[in-house]
Amino acid sequence: MNNVADNSSAPLLSVDGLVRHFDVSAPFLNRLFERLDRAYVKAVDGISFDIGRGETFSLVGESGCGKSTVARLIVGLYQPTAGSIQYEGVEIGPPEAAQDRKRIQPHMQMIFQDPYASLNPRWRVANIIAEPINVRGLLSNREEIRGRVGDLLSQVGLSPADGERYPHEFSGGQRQRISIARALAGEPEFLVCDEPTSALDVSVQAQILNLMKELQNRLGLTYLFISHDLAVVYHVSTKVGVMYLGKLVEWADTKTLFEKPRHPYTRMLLDAIPDLEMTGRARIPVAGEVPSPINPPSGCAFHPRCPHAEDRCRMEMPKAQVYDGVHVACHAVADGRIS
Amino acid sequence: MTVSNDQALLSVRNLRIEFPTRRGTLVAVDDISFDIAPGEILGVVGESGAGKSLTGAAIIGLIEPPGRIAQGQIMLEGQRIDNLPYEDFRRIRGRRIGAIFQDPLTSLNPLYSVSRQLTETIQTHLPLNEREARQRALELLEEVGIPGAAERIDHYPHQFSGGMRQRVVIALALCAEPRLIIADEPTTALDVSIQAQIISLLKRLCHEHGTAVMLVTHDMGVIAEAADRVAVMYSGRIAEIGPVQEVVRAAKHPYTHGLMGSIPHIGHHVDQLTQIEGSMPRLQEIPPGCPFNPRCEQVTARCRVERPDLQAVEKSAVACHLFDARAVEAQVGE
Repeated sequence: MNNVADNSSAPLLSVDGLVRHFDVSAPFLNRLFERLDRAYVKAVDGISFDIGRGETFSLVGESGCGKSTVARLIVGLYQPTAGSIQYEGVEIGPPEAAQDRKRIQPHMQMIFQDPYASLNPRWRVANIIAEPINVRGLLSNREEIRGRVGDLLSQVGLSPADGERYPHEFSGGQRQRISIARALAGEPEFLVCDEPTSALDVSVQAQILNLMKELQNRLGLTYLFISHDLAVVYHVSTKVGVMYLGKLVEWADTKTLFEKPRHPYTRMLLDAIPDLEMTGRARIPVAGEVPSPINPPSGCAFHPRCPHAEDRCRMEMPKAQVYDGVHVACHAVADGRIS
Repeated sequence: MTVSNDQALLSVRNLRIEFPTRRGTLVAVDDISFDIAPGEILGVVGESGAGKSLTGAAIIGLIEPPGRIAQGQIMLEGQRIDNLPYEDFRRIRGRRIGAIFQDPLTSLNPLYSVSRQLTETIQTHLPLNEREARQRALELLEEVGIPGAAERIDHYPHQFSGGMRQRVVIALALCAEPRLIIADEPTTALDVSIQAQIISLLKRLCHEHGTAVMLVTHDMGVIAEAADRVAVMYSGRIAEIGPVQEVVRAAKHPYTHGLMGSIPHIGHHVDQLTQIEGSMPRLQEIPPGCPFNPRCEQVTARCRVERPDLQAVEKSAVACHLFDARAVEAQVGE
C-alpha cells in the first residue's frame, strides 16, 4: 500500500449517477390480455463514487443489491441505462463512447467468483493465460509468450510446468490463482474482482487475499472489490461503499466506516456479523429481508427494516450528503436524529 | 460442558468410512469418535473434503454406495443404528434424527405446496389425521417465524425467499420432534443478515425442545456463535475437539491455529493474514503419520511416521504429538 497516490487529484475511475434497469416485462400478448404494465428491475439506480489510483474500493451488500451489476457495467459487459463512467477522465459509459471504450477496455480485467466456471475445461492452462496476450497482441513470438506465461504462473505461486495441465487438475484455490494470472496477462492497471474468494475455504481465501495484496503492492494495481463478507472487505480495502437495493447508502474510507458506521443499514450489517472474539454474544439480527427490486418501497428503500424510519423516510428518497468525508444517504442522519 | 458416555444422546465410536475404487480404497473418514449430549450443539468445521458432511451423512444413514462404513459404531440413545436394515432406518430418519441441508431450494419439492410436504412428513411419523397434521404444520410454520403462516402454508417453495425457505426446511426437520438434528451448512447459502436470523432461530428451538444439533459448517463465525463444543476435522480425522471458547480463543492444534489466523477480523488490521502453505491432501495422497505434517511449521520426525491420537489437553482433546507429555520432547531433544 506504499503507492497509494498522494497526488490523486484526479481519480482513476469515476462513476456518476450510474443506472441500469433490466426489462423483466411479461411477453407482449400477456401484457395485452392481462393488462400488465412493463416491469423493470432497477438493479443499479443512480450510484456515484470515485476510485483513486492504487486504491481498493469495495462494494458490499446482500445478494440482489446490484453490486455485481456495477462490476459488469464498469468492465463493459452491460451497457448502462444512464449515467457516466469515466476512466482517467475519458467517458466510456454510453454507447456513443464505443471508440474510447475499446481503447480503455484493455486496461481493465475481471476476476470472477467461480473458478470452476470461469476457466475453459478443454484448454490447457498455458493457453488460457496466453489468450489475453494474443488478443491484445502484446507479444507475437511463441517463445516469448511461453516465457511470459511461465512468469505469470510463478507470480501467482504456481510452477511454469503447470501450464501444460488442464483446469480440472487443480483445486479451487489454484484455479483462482490461474484466473488471476490470466487477468494479469493483459497487463491491466485496474482489476474488477467479483467475489473472488467466496467459493473458497478460509485457509485458501487467506492465501488468495495475501496474493492479491502482494500483487497490488508490486504492480501498483487498483481494485474494485465486490464482496458480501465484511471481514474480508475490512481486510483488503481502502474505501468501502455499502449498497442496498441498487443504491449506495454509505461510502467512506474503511477505517471510518467500520469504526463509526452512520447509515442504519451499515450498522445492522455490522451487528449481524458473527464475532469470533466474544463467543456467546447474542447478535442483533436484522429484521426482515431485502425487498424485491422490481417493486422497491417508496422513499428510502430501507425504511421497512429501519428502526429510525419516520414519515419523511416513507415518502422522500434521501440524497447522499457528505459528513467529514463520509457520504451517507439517510434522513435520520441528515436531521441529526441519529449521530 | 463435559459429557460422559452414559448420558450421550449420540455416540460415534471409531467410525471409518471407505470408498472402494479400482485404484484402491480411499478412506474419507478415518477412525473418529465423539459424543453429543442431549440439547447440545456440536459444531463440526473443516475445509471442503475434510469429511465433515460425510460424517453427518453416516449418522443419518445416507452414505451413497460404493461408500460404506467399514468400521466403528454409531449409537443413538444407546441403540446401535449404523447396521440397521434400510426399512428400519427409515423409521429413525425424520422421527428421531432430522436433517437440514445447505440449499433450501433443492431440499424442498418444487411441485408440492409447503402444507403438503409438511403434512406428509408429519403423517409418516405421527399418528395424526389430515386435519390435525395440517394444524400441526401451521403451528410449526408459526414457530419458525414465517409471517402470515395461515396464508403462506398453501404456497409453493418458489414463492418463498431463501431465508423463508430455510425456515420451512427447519420446520420440516422439526416435524416429528427429533432428538437430534444434523444441520449441514444450514446458513451457507444465505446473506449475513438472514444467517443471523436462522442461527438464532436454531438456537432458540434447540433450547426449547432440548434437541441436540450437529452443526456442520466451514464458517468459524457461525460455530463461535451457535455451538457449545466444536470438532475441527482435517483429512477425515478430528484434529481438535473441545468447548467452543477453548478452541476459538486458544487453539492448540497447529492446524486450528492456522485456520483461526487465516480468518480476517474486523477491528485489528493486519497487513498479511496467517497463511497455511499448500492445501489439504487429496484422499489418495494422505501422508503417513499426522495428515497435517507436510504443512505444519512445528513438524518433527515423529509426525511423519506415527499417527497422533486424540488426547485430553486441558478441557479439549487434541491429536498432535506436540502435546504428548513434554517428556517425549526431552527424549527427542538429545
